[in-house]
Amino acid sequence: MEVNTENIVRQFLYGGEPIGKQFPALHQSVYGKPLVYFDNAATTQKPYSVIHAISEYYSTINSNIHRGVHHLSQKATDAYEVSRNAVAAFINSRSSSEVIFTKGTTDGINLIADVYGSYAVKEGDSVIISAMEHHSNIVPWQIMCEKRGAVLKVIPMNENGELLMDEFERMLDERVKIVAVTYISNTLGTINPVKRIIELAHANGTPVLIDAAQAVQHVAVDVQDLDCDFLAFSGHKMYGPTGIGILYGKEEWLEKLPPYQGGGDMIKTVTFTGTEYNELPFKYEAGTPHIEGAITLKSAVDFITELGVNEIAAFENGLLQYTTSLVTEIPGIDIIGTAKAKAGALSLSVKGVHPYDVGVLLDKMGIAVRTGHHCTQPVMDFYCIPGTVRLSFAVYNTIEEIDYFISSLKRAINMLV
Amino acid sequence: MTINEKQDELIEEFEFLTDWVDKYEQIIQLGKELPLIDEQYKQDKYLIKGCQSKVWLYPEFKEGRIFFSADSDAIISKGLVSLIINVLSGFSPEEIMNADLYFIDRIGLKEHLSPTRSNGLLAMVKQIKLYAIAYDAALVKKE
Repeated sequence: MEVNTENIVRQFLYGGEPIGKQFPALHQSVYGKPLVYFDNAATTQKPYSVIHAISEYYSTINSNIHRGVHHLSQKATDAYEVSRNAVAAFINSRSSSEVIFTKGTTDGINLIADVYGSYAVKEGDSVIISAMEHHSNIVPWQIMCEKRGAVLKVIPMNENGELLMDEFERMLDERVKIVAVTYISNTLGTINPVKRIIELAHANGTPVLIDAAQAVQHVAVDVQDLDCDFLAFSGHKMYGPTGIGILYGKEEWLEKLPPYQGGGDMIKTVTFTGTEYNELPFKYEAGTPHIEGAITLKSAVDFITELGVNEIAAFENGLLQYTTSLVTEIPGIDIIGTAKAKAGALSLSVKGVHPYDVGVLLDKMGIAVRTGHHCTQPVMDFYCIPGTVRLSFAVYNTIEEIDYFISSLKRAINMLV
Repeated sequence: MTINEKQDELIEEFEFLTDWVDKYEQIIQLGKELPLIDEQYKQDKYLIKGCQSKVWLYPEFKEGRIFFSADSDAIISKGLVSLIINVLSGFSPEEIMNADLYFIDRIGLKEHLSPTRSNGLLAMVKQIKLYAIAYDAALVKKE
């Protein structure tokens, strides 16, 4: 693979300084070595702005929202809704009522699988996912299909880790009730042609859910441009807090679909004979939400927006290209996932060496990578491997860290072979 | 040698290795030296659950003592299971059941004992102790 590494930026600067300075957790040693953190697809570290926002919330406005008439409750409610507006602008949704706070990507997908399933899916219908889905975008659909007597169909991929679009087109028929695909693969790094997938599905009258957990922090996501019906992502993978996520849904769908969980904010009036549900987005936010997470998610959105998502994409693409070019030169290494369009992650496999062994030795050298199946067991089965060693990038990673990774990887291989 | 004497020997062996990578070099060496179990025992029945890598553990009961052999598809897991087998293999069920494996902590492998870590040193120890309990129960029945 020809890679031009000459113009690659060595590190992302923020206010003229390395951006890593904004992330306190990065400044520590593990086993006596400076920490190098390459497990960003699992979760990212948090900048001071997000950490301060969490502290600020609890120090000043901690209160339950949407109920109290008192000052703090109103402040917290305002901040909660301001954050919702910020997220709406971030993904360019038409209205903030299309933005629902969830626990995370998995929660959002489960919500849609459940309510859409009961609304639209009947025995003999089918659901389409892809061969590179994360377990979170497989299991909720399996559960729903089992409940409804529907069939789960899988878009196959080629050896490079690219979806076979012709096969997808052939799979679309009147029994396909929903298509759910990942925007970017957490294991292979493949950027899927989601816009084309959505066009084809819509031509078949089928709505589409996009798993954007690995996308929003790496590429610009515009729900109106994509024209997706649903889209889910998580706060903690985009420099924000854990336990908070977003489900975007087109208003016409969310209005039509039945409620998910009962209680709290999702009601307007309740009597023992019946309940009138609240309007969007509150209809899908039962109970006291993760207020702190929702409010401080705005800081993560602001952080990404301030850096510029296109600048982030260009920088991380440089890291990916640089790593790819160096890894390719090491004998006995296969890159798993060689799609033309990639972002965020690089998976590799060392001939004759178990990924677990590589991961343990890198850890002892201070490098955090992920090893194993990355919750995409079908992908591992496809390549007939037990797992991969995965590096996944964030804006604070540097070319120096990659150089250190390459020399550490060579050292580990020497010890193991 | 008793189980504790064997543990002390291992602790001494690792004491001089201050760098983590050196420690793992030693574990890898042990893994490479581990006698493989007979291919016929590399079946799911002998697979230890809870490991990111696959570990097979086969017990043999001879003259009141349990002898273990093992294998793994990952060399570090092989080294780890080799450490435990070195300490526990060839003892009576009762001795194995009551063994306090302090060497794991002392040589700095405590992090492998966390129940949520998927590399399963805890699972290996648990499995060995379960075999000891089973053989012990069988012995009591006979008596």
